[in-house]
Amino acid sequence: MADTFKFELVSPEKLLISADVRQVLVPGSEGDFTVLPNHAPVLSTLKPGLLDVIDEDGAESRIFVRGGIAEVDPLSLTVLAQQAIDLDELDKSWLAQEIANTEEDIADAKDEDRRTTAQNMLEQLKLVKSVAEAL
Amino acid sequence: MASLKDLRNRITSVTSTQKITKAMQMVAAAKLRRAQEAAEAGRPYAVRMDSVLANLGAKVTDMAGASPILVGTGKEDTHLLVVATADRGLCGGFNSNIARLARDHARRLIADGKSVKFLCVGRKGYDVLKREFESAIVDTISLKEVKQIGYENALEIGTRILAMFDEGAFDICTLYFAEFKSVMEQKTTAMQLIPAKLPESENREADTETLGPVAAYEYEPEEDEILNDLLPRNVSTQIYRALLENGASEQGARMSAMDSATRNAGEMIDSLTLIYNRQRQAQITKELIEIISGAEAL
Repeated sequence: MADTFKFELVSPEKLLISADVRQVLVPGSEGDFTVLPNHAPVLSTLKPGLLDVIDEDGAESRIFVRGGIAEVDPLSLTVLAQQAIDLDELDKSWLAQEIANTEEDIADAKDEDRRTTAQNMLEQLKLVKSVAEAL
Repeated sequence: MASLKDLRNRITSVTSTQKITKAMQMVAAAKLRRAQEAAEAGRPYAVRMDSVLANLGAKVTDMAGASPILVGTGKEDTHLLVVATADRGLCGGFNSNIARLARDHARRLIADGKSVKFLCVGRKGYDVLKREFESAIVDTISLKEVKQIGYENALEIGTRILAMFDEGAFDICTLYFAEFKSVMEQKTTAMQLIPAKLPESENREADTETLGPVAAYEYEPEEDEILNDLLPRNVSTQIYRALLENGASEQGARMSAMDSATRNAGEMIDSLTLIYNRQRQAQITKELIEIISGAEAL
């Protein structure tokens, strides 16, 4: 059994990562899941959160992604993200701004659905912030 | 007949014009390369988005209650024409070609009794369209300040269009832009955004045979929810693609326009120099004749 699989991270601007990796933790909208080689085919939407990638050499990297889908099949994982930023390059003030925006969204939300969506978004962003600050 | 001084002045002015057009051509060539690279880099996302949508669409289309972005509002009374042009001129027929395609389409729709609204992306399209459809133009979005078009710009436009759609401001949305074929050739294109045309997965039967597991995808959440999440995103992706194509087309069009302008200026300088020399000689001959006849008279 192969112990790596092909991982591709694509943002609208460009193909960010295309590499063989051992394991990726994906923040799926119905719950986080870890993709290992020979994973069953899944198509899942993403919530804002961190992709946790362990590459061939066992080195770990974290990438903040927002909005998109992950397509898993036994040999590969493709993540289409609307936005993807390496955690090391993530700007704290930008994150704070995003959190403020989301809080505003919650206040402005017209119906329950949108409020819940924004609320979830906020929780995720705060989570990301706490991880980013722990570095 | 223009005097020698006038001719000299004209030659100088044409020469400096030629310098400007030459410089603009070189700038456009450099920008074109960057625009082409951006368009190329954006391709993987669009390709994968297409394949996922095709995959989903094959499953979901029959389902009732699919998003109106996919199936439409059931009417086709009001059309929104999104006209993407450049913010700057001096690029040959680029802007006017796009605007003309949109205008002809709009006239036809109006003749059929439909109502038409415009959303202009880029000043130049607005300048052309306002003569005939000023009251129908909803807004103009200018990307003049934007150096390199990013996904955020497309997202902004996409969100705007979707908000209008949610309010029921239009039934069908079409995007006009120029597809980049080559430096010399840009193809003005009309692309329907809403209701979305799902890409057909190529050769679907072969797909199911060779890629058996494709049919066994697990969906999280359900197929139709994913589709409803993806469709608005796809609108922005399509706009982004169109803006990138447009950017490359604009620079290509400007490059060839400036190339021929430089050539024309060169031809003009040649012919002006010829006239100038001829007149100078004529004047010298005249002066000689005056001196000689003056000397003979003595």
